[in-house]
Amino acid sequence: MRTLVILGGGTAGTMAANKLRGRLAAEEWQIIVIDKDDNHDYQPAYLFVPFGINKVKQVRKSRRSFIDDGIEVRMADIERVDAEARLVHLGDGSELGYDYLIMATGTTPRPDQTPGMLGPEWRKSVHEFYTYDGMLALKKSLKDFQGGRLVMHITELPIKCPVAPLEFVMLADDFLTKKGVRAATEIVYVTPLDGAFTKPVASRELGHHLSTRNIKVEPDFMIESVDQEAKVIRSYDEREVAYDLLVTVPLNMGADYVAASGLGDELNYVPVDKHTNQSTAYPNIFALGDGSNLPTSKAGSVAHFSVEVFVDNFCELIEGRPMTHSFDGHANCFVESGNGRALLLDFNYETEPLTGHFPLPVGPMSLLKATRANHVGKLAFRHVYWNVLLPGRPLPLHAEMSMLGKRVEPQPVDA
Amino acid sequence: MPTTTIAGRQIDVDAEGFLTQPDQWDEDLALTLAANIGITLTDAHWVPIHFLRKDFETQKETATLRRVSTVGGIPVKELFVLFPGKPAKKMSYIAGLQKPKGCV
Repeated sequence: MRTLVILGGGTAGTMAANKLRGRLAAEEWQIIVIDKDDNHDYQPAYLFVPFGINKVKQVRKSRRSFIDDGIEVRMADIERVDAEARLVHLGDGSELGYDYLIMATGTTPRPDQTPGMLGPEWRKSVHEFYTYDGMLALKKSLKDFQGGRLVMHITELPIKCPVAPLEFVMLADDFLTKKGVRAATEIVYVTPLDGAFTKPVASRELGHHLSTRNIKVEPDFMIESVDQEAKVIRSYDEREVAYDLLVTVPLNMGADYVAASGLGDELNYVPVDKHTNQSTAYPNIFALGDGSNLPTSKAGSVAHFSVEVFVDNFCELIEGRPMTHSFDGHANCFVESGNGRALLLDFNYETEPLTGHFPLPVGPMSLLKATRANHVGKLAFRHVYWNVLLPGRPLPLHAEMSMLGKRVEPQPVDA
Repeated sequence: MPTTTIAGRQIDVDAEGFLTQPDQWDEDLALTLAANIGITLTDAHWVPIHFLRKDFETQKETATLRRVSTVGGIPVKELFVLFPGKPAKKMSYIAGLQKPKGCV
């Protein structure tokens, strides 16, 4: 009997467990999933609940209920992985041996990493929307908001769902307009990058979405501290941005046990081969989902596509054959733009988001263009997530990105 | 892809002037690139530039300011003094690498 241990029962861990259970003989392989609790949240809803687009009760389900019966699920904290001894040390003092290990423990907002962020105003006038509690607190503050300066701030990249802060300001514009307080509100988007959009085609196509909504952009802002008393954020070059309501994306980091195990980079992400998700240090360890250092977006779609490639590769590896499948960095994201419309992005390691159409059996969807169909697609995806994606059922979306329908622009030629 | 002539050489650059072929870079070119944005390179400037180049060899990505600070050991505050206003962008330009980007 061989043992596969999966650390983390989120999107990537659950999908990998369920898909592999269907591929690995029960009498030869046991699969064990470790997680700290039984809460599986539909994370895109963290952004929608504060604006009333999703209901709180639509967010959370039982983790166990999405993991196949033939898989053992244990609730425990993870202390450390001893990769040489092939052992996982758990918080209850027990240890667990493995033949293969999947690290799928994601990324977590770390407000403790910026001085002043976790002050007395945390979850009152200083918020984040990447956790269940953060979502609830922000919902209340937005409901009570009567105008002033609403600041959306990103600490440093990479972050989970990198388009979410853009969606937030567009949804906030819409929400505050309907609430009747938009005219009394200044919305500011503060980013460490040199603009809200950094890829040429997306910049050109989407740049107007912020300016026409009168959303100001503060670029190149590297935060040093939050001053909750003065209600300002300060940068290293001593700029100040004042806020009445601050919504920040704290520094994102992988789990602490990754660092304790000596398996992470400076942000606790596990270095992996970007085409196979195999650890660059140990061939029997893989990192899937947001917790790896893949140079693409930390997003559910990436977890989904890369898990499909991983499962095929893993089945080859355990039979002693070379891994022949290659993940191309494919990501596919809906971007809510307010007023019941959304944009669709489709890209990979090599191809930036382009305009055109995305082919789907239900009908083509527009890329980089705000449409109602994209918004309906985004809302419908919650059902797809729970009922098709997590159980590991096939979806009519290919792991490999397709150029079909994309408008490829000629490169500018130097005069 | 556009090309331009820098220090008497044909160099491939993007629309903003960032090198698109990191292997066309050398230290002589860096001096010219730095001069283009009004920076005279001192020993203190070379430390993060060399870090970015070395880090790129293994990571295939331009290091973020945080990475230059935590892995390269150069405080962010100092980077703002060396490359005023936009250290991430200025350092990557001089080091012949792409500026740090988001997904859109």
